[in-house]
Amino acid sequence: MKVFLLYPDRNFDFSPELPPYTVDLSRDLALNALFEAMAQGDDFLMEVIRRVMFTSLNETEVISYRQEILKDCLKYPAVVQQLYGLTLEFVEMKRKRWLWISRRHSRPSSILSGAQQLLEASLDLLRRLRQIADRFAGSFASRGFRRFFDMIRQELDDGYLVIVERHVRELRFTKGVLLSAQLGNGNEGSDYILCKPNDPDRKWIKSVFFSKSPIYSFSLHPRDDYGARVLGELLDRGLARAANAVAQAAEHIESFFHGLRQELAFYIGCLNLYAQLGQLGTAIAFPQPLNIERYRLSCTGLYDIALVLTMRREVVDNDVNVDGKSLVIITGPNQGGKTTFLRSVGLAQLMMQAGMFVAAKSFTGSLCSGIFTHFKREEDETMERGKFEEELERMSVVVELLRPGGLILLNETFANTNEREGSEVAIEVISALVEKGVRVFYVTHMYEFARRIQEKMRNNALFLRAERLPDGKRTFKMREGGPQERSYGEDLYREIFKQQCRV
Amino acid sequence: MRNGVEVMAFRSILYARGEVPSSVPNQPEFFSDLYLDQVIEAITGPKREYNLTPFFWAPLKDRDDVYYRQEVMQDLENEVLMARIKSFAERMSDVRRYLATVEKIDFDCYKKGWILEAALVYGEAVISLARDLIDIPLKARGLLEFQKWLTNYIQTQDFKNFVVEAKQVKKALSALKYCIIIESGKFKVKRYEGELDLNIEVEKIFEKFRQRDKEGYLVKFSERAGISHIEAKILEFVAKLYPEPFTALDHFCAHRYPFLNETIESFHREIQFYIAYLDFVSELKRRGLPFCYPQVSTKDKEIYVHDGFDLALANVFRHREKTVVFNDFYLKGPERIIVVTGPNQGGKTTFARMFGQLHYLASLGCPVPGREARLFLCDKILTHFEREEDTLNRRGKLEDDLIRIRDLLLNATSDSIFILNEIFTSTSLEDATFLSKEIMNLLNDLDVIGVWVTFLDELASLNEKTVSMVAMVDPQEPTRRTFKIKRRPADGLAYVLSLAQKYRLTYKQIQERMAK
Repeated sequence: MKVFLLYPDRNFDFSPELPPYTVDLSRDLALNALFEAMAQGDDFLMEVIRRVMFTSLNETEVISYRQEILKDCLKYPAVVQQLYGLTLEFVEMKRKRWLWISRRHSRPSSILSGAQQLLEASLDLLRRLRQIADRFAGSFASRGFRRFFDMIRQELDDGYLVIVERHVRELRFTKGVLLSAQLGNGNEGSDYILCKPNDPDRKWIKSVFFSKSPIYSFSLHPRDDYGARVLGELLDRGLARAANAVAQAAEHIESFFHGLRQELAFYIGCLNLYAQLGQLGTAIAFPQPLNIERYRLSCTGLYDIALVLTMRREVVDNDVNVDGKSLVIITGPNQGGKTTFLRSVGLAQLMMQAGMFVAAKSFTGSLCSGIFTHFKREEDETMERGKFEEELERMSVVVELLRPGGLILLNETFANTNEREGSEVAIEVISALVEKGVRVFYVTHMYEFARRIQEKMRNNALFLRAERLPDGKRTFKMREGGPQERSYGEDLYREIFKQQCRV
Repeated sequence: MRNGVEVMAFRSILYARGEVPSSVPNQPEFFSDLYLDQVIEAITGPKREYNLTPFFWAPLKDRDDVYYRQEVMQDLENEVLMARIKSFAERMSDVRRYLATVEKIDFDCYKKGWILEAALVYGEAVISLARDLIDIPLKARGLLEFQKWLTNYIQTQDFKNFVVEAKQVKKALSALKYCIIIESGKFKVKRYEGELDLNIEVEKIFEKFRQRDKEGYLVKFSERAGISHIEAKILEFVAKLYPEPFTALDHFCAHRYPFLNETIESFHREIQFYIAYLDFVSELKRRGLPFCYPQVSTKDKEIYVHDGFDLALANVFRHREKTVVFNDFYLKGPERIIVVTGPNQGGKTTFARMFGQLHYLASLGCPVPGREARLFLCDKILTHFEREEDTLNRRGKLEDDLIRIRDLLLNATSDSIFILNEIFTSTSLEDATFLSKEIMNLLNDLDVIGVWVTFLDELASLNEKTVSMVAMVDPQEPTRRTFKIKRRPADGLAYVLSLAQKYRLTYKQIQERMAK
């Protein structure tokens, strides 16, 4: 029985460690605000959400598979909560009744008895799951849920559940265990096979053809512990296969409930987020992912969901239209909303490629082979090496991970040295990345760099500028426009510089 | 084994004239300087039970001995032959293991059971090997002679009878089938009477829940159940249920044990020398590293290597992405000593080690790391590498260096090879220059060949016997070492690292990185 609620053809693999770059990604995009709104303080939800979100989808087909399921969830939240509740009951039952399957490589006799008990106890939950499936199979529209309910109804029909119950009881072997065996290498016993004793009613047929075997019998001395252990091992050899079959069944049920809990947890997280945004009254949209070579991003009302969740109010949104250009240079005054804009692009991309709704009125965008960030670090974490070298090292790590079609968001990268040097390195890095098919959003103050890029790749770059009205007021809107030489940061810089002098 | 037919003797697959050294050698002194200790450990490590290191510590002095081994090695590069020899070796190892078991067991009926197993596998190992060699085009003198011996051996009547008897006894025993009924604190044994397999039914019921993508709970028990008074009791009951096959086993053991042939046994061990080396080499070959059979000479000092490399480094890189750099060298006419200069970390020491390794491995009769080679079969390899420890003061260290070099020279003949690496580094430039020139003159007087790694440029052009080679950097990117050592006048360049380059972030580097 497969859950298949995150992928149409496989269960989600929760085993891999999250790659180290996700630490930077979380910090730069302020992902914790998003994750916390989804998890609502539940550690299990948090863990699942982080893993699912950081395992971006690269196929439009899978994204729409998840979108359908999420739409069902938004329509029938109570049923989804009920399903999730069953998985929690399973966990609770195991804990309360001390049920577990012995570990692999334990003695088959103990594997068999543990598995047997867990199976017996699970039968009731399986029956209830079947009842939910019977009731709602017709209502849900998504391929994912329809397949799931159909599977439950097929696999867990009443007749089968009865047979399982009987066999589980019979495997207690109250009358001794019969094994057949042969002589293997060195005359050692081998091929121990668990057998069914011959049916006493049919014995008379056999006795016509065969003379009955003599039976030799041996009783162990009551203090012969070693002998008892050896006999126990022989028994284990005989029970190995039956124990395997029963334990696999018990494990299957266990991992089914566990997998169902994990995969539903992601949608529970989405439901939580949806409820939060509903309270704040901000828009959401199911995005349209494009699987195309050239880069396209077309959206209206794009906002920084992390900022909304932190500020608990609406924030300024932006309309963006990038078509076929893979470099977006963003310049403009400090405190002009550049970083927030950069985040909103990254967050929407990440959410889209998790199969979620995004924080925008409408959103159409190319899929990216990976989402990476390189933000200027405010605090100095690397005293031993220069800040510039720290930046280079971080960039080198990201370059190692980038593939053609990847998306990288740069925020004031290479600003930790003079502008000439910074621009020189930036030109090298950016032109190589763009030529290799990487999509780059670059917030920068380096005029020299922006100017040279304009000369070098005019046709492949879009220039945005954070708006500042003639009176100096910022609108936090991004407008199309090339870099302007004078930096707006001068006043701000003076101010901060003065503060530092006072201290 | 007692023979009906006279079988002529075969002595050794390692020594052309069958003169196997009687004493066990020590590890040669230069092993750690040349990292040969690591190399030999990597080669012999997987086959520790054969104790192969003494073979690798005993270089050959005679050209014909070297070629005797090269021939065997070349024949064994035939993968079919190698696979067959290996399967013979595996069977022989099983035989040895079974016979070791026999020594340890207390219960007679089991002891005999294992003697029978060993006999069966031994018979099969020997017969298969003889059969397996027939259709292989052998060229090596050693293998051809062994094959001739083996063919005679398996045709002796005694060996033939031995094999037939063992099979008959085994067949009767393995046909037995019986039942055990286990209850708490007791068991019963009876004949098997057609009872049905219960597993099939259980597995069918739970088939639906089987997880193919997961490790199951099937506990794998070792083939060997162990032998205790319980199993002995069971076996006693089985023998009572079916007496005849056990009588036949008693008879076989009384008449046939012990049965191992001495020539087979020593062939089994000695052939491991070749297998171990070729196994090690084949992995490196798959990674594109060349190996070749060098010509060797005890007279001609005109040597060369094309695309040689440091085997120790190649071994270290075996599990990484990195690959070793190839280097060439040659000595022509009066040339004797290669003087290597150039930047630190530029591959100079590696080159020096390679020079020594090539000559040593050639003297073992092994293929050497390189595409093509002619090498000198020396009487000794003498090395002096800068040691890390600096417990001695400056003067003490210089004194120690000089004493060691003097001892080397006392030991040397004109057929020796010298490898000197960064000596006199802690003394004054003037002293170092003076002493080095003096020692170079002594080496030249001896007419030995060798390599000398030094920071003293002037040593490289001292006379017609010295050849200058330099560790190169990339002319386009002066901060990049190429680890190539080439014939060039010494020039002592200095180097700078540019930051972006260090982090591989130039336009070109990123293009390359993203192309992967």
